[in-house]
Amino acid sequence: MKQVLEGSMAIADGVRMAEPHVISAYPITPQTHIVEHLSQMVADGDLKAEFIMVESEHSAASVVLGASACGVRTYTATAAQGLLYMEEVIYNIAGMRLPVVMTLANRAISAPINIWNDMQDAMAIRDTGAIMLVAENNQEAYDMHIQAFKIAENRDVMLPVIVNVDGFVLTHTFEVVETIDGIDKVREYLPPINMEYKLDVENPYSFGTLGEPSVYMESRYNMYNAMKYSAKTITDAANEFNDMFGRFYGGLTDTYKMDDAQTVIVAMGSVLGTIKDVVDELRESGKKIGVLKVRSFRPFPEEEIVDALKNVKNVIVIEKAICPGKGGILSVEIRDSLFKHKINTVNVNGYTIGLGGRDITPKNIKDLVERAEKEENVDGEFIGLSQQYL
Amino acid sequence: MLTKEETHNELFTMGHTGCSGCAQSMSVKLIMEILGKNTIATSATGCLEVFSTRWPESSWKIPWIHSLFENSAAVASGVEAALKYMGKKDGITVIAQGGDGGTADIGLQALSGMFERNHDVLYICYDNGAYMNTGYQRSGLTPFDAYTTTSPSGKESFGNNRPKKYMPEIAMAHRIPYTAVSSAGYPIDLQKKVKKAMTIKGAKYLQVDVPCVPGWKYEPKYSVRLAQLAVQTGLYPLFEAEYDKIISVKKISKKVPVEEYLKLQGRFKHLFKDEAGRAEIEKIQKMADENIERYGLM
Repeated sequence: MKQVLEGSMAIADGVRMAEPHVISAYPITPQTHIVEHLSQMVADGDLKAEFIMVESEHSAASVVLGASACGVRTYTATAAQGLLYMEEVIYNIAGMRLPVVMTLANRAISAPINIWNDMQDAMAIRDTGAIMLVAENNQEAYDMHIQAFKIAENRDVMLPVIVNVDGFVLTHTFEVVETIDGIDKVREYLPPINMEYKLDVENPYSFGTLGEPSVYMESRYNMYNAMKYSAKTITDAANEFNDMFGRFYGGLTDTYKMDDAQTVIVAMGSVLGTIKDVVDELRESGKKIGVLKVRSFRPFPEEEIVDALKNVKNVIVIEKAICPGKGGILSVEIRDSLFKHKINTVNVNGYTIGLGGRDITPKNIKDLVERAEKEENVDGEFIGLSQQYL
Repeated sequence: MLTKEETHNELFTMGHTGCSGCAQSMSVKLIMEILGKNTIATSATGCLEVFSTRWPESSWKIPWIHSLFENSAAVASGVEAALKYMGKKDGITVIAQGGDGGTADIGLQALSGMFERNHDVLYICYDNGAYMNTGYQRSGLTPFDAYTTTSPSGKESFGNNRPKKYMPEIAMAHRIPYTAVSSAGYPIDLQKKVKKAMTIKGAKYLQVDVPCVPGWKYEPKYSVRLAQLAVQTGLYPLFEAEYDKIISVKKISKKVPVEEYLKLQGRFKHLFKDEAGRAEIEKIQKMADENIERYGLM
């Protein structure tokens, strides 16, 4: 059924369709509407779940950790500072191989305090061992949450999945979203959770034991391998979703107008909408330009990216994050991927833009397209600074 | 007295790497005898977790989970929520465990949340009065004037310059249905309180005094003796409370001077060097006397 839904409502409804058993959260803008909607669904009896509103994000993540270890389906959501506060627990969830699903309403990191959108929070947890997917619009956010549970709970994966949605830009914006009619089809797509190891009095296991130097590395290696393997699971989950519900946004990546493209813009999340509009316009004026969307940031789709970019002249990486002391993050990983595949003919320029919710305009994008053809190896340069505040 | 059927031995098994004379491992064994196999336990980071679960070995024959230092209570909240969802809560006891630091310092927020939400969980604080696992650093439950590696005695110091945090009263302030303080020196008292806690629905707090051989610096044979002396001096009052009201206290038949307790422990030996130290012992005696008065121990 097609409905006009706020992003947060679309996300909450996607989560409802996945039927999580235990939800725990602590309020933080711009995540709040998601957990408000979910708690209302529980209050109205539309979602049968234990909803635990806790005293901190650290405990929210810990509650879903404990519940997940018992073998039930779990969900939480947060943003920015809340994410940093739960980071320790996210590492722990991944290390214990618990399939928690979480929404990250991407928001800037303090200081200065700023509640608006960018992706610096996501970049701060990229090495936790959590799978990190990024939604482009509310429809994809709805669908991606259902897929996320399927990916997380795959026996060969068993890792937390974080669905990134741009704070405000998606969470607080109304769009037409096609929701799934009837839960039976979703149940067919997403079978009941069935964990091999869990806290069960009939079959007791010890979780989170001490890993001495003789075993610690192997434990991390197994987790690292599961993350690598998850690339296949993410793609499969997208394809199966397409077969069943007729919607597809790519597996790990997606391409837009890439045939014969000489210049390609790479980005993640909602900014892709603006970028595609600009590309449409430039294509009309005869420019050979396309878009590469990164849908899975972890695992990093190295092969797909190299495959898409190897014959391209100029690559423009648009990034709502910065690595102080280095520069770009996505741009550096793309350059590294090409370097590893001995491709040195692609000019990769990375730009940092839209931090703390600053608008990214079509003109910004067009300017970068013009610049990229004249520049080489730009790394995380800040775009659109006001000279008066420097 | 407990019948044979009521005890379930060997749920916390031997073979762990706890110190000789460790009062915490003794207490865990006593507690597990009462709890039985239909129990799920969480543990905070600390001695217990380290010495009982060196992978691939584990002393736990019940489902057990350690996550982090400060979230034992929150993880247990999640376990309880999952059991509730599955309709299994009624037959299963959930316990959360932590040391004094994991409980009263770094884990206090998560514990307060668990209390306030009144999860059906028994939280057990094994109080040995410092961060023993990391090498005897002071915590919020380190007693007044105790030497620790971060509250050392010296020319300008008699050791830890603050009294213990009144953690059981903090629990009571949450109006949880049951709070109890017990001791490794009184196994029957300890087991009775665990048994009672199991009959009460909602959040429960049990704090157990567990002497620590290397941290308190005494001969291993004194573990039980010291735990008893802590009670008999009035320094460690044992009581039970329902909501905010104390309902029972363990009476002291004959008050023992605090000196008898302090002199057996290396962590207080600096108090026995000179007159200034004697004055400090007087202060500790006063604290014990105040406890006796406050809790009506005699």
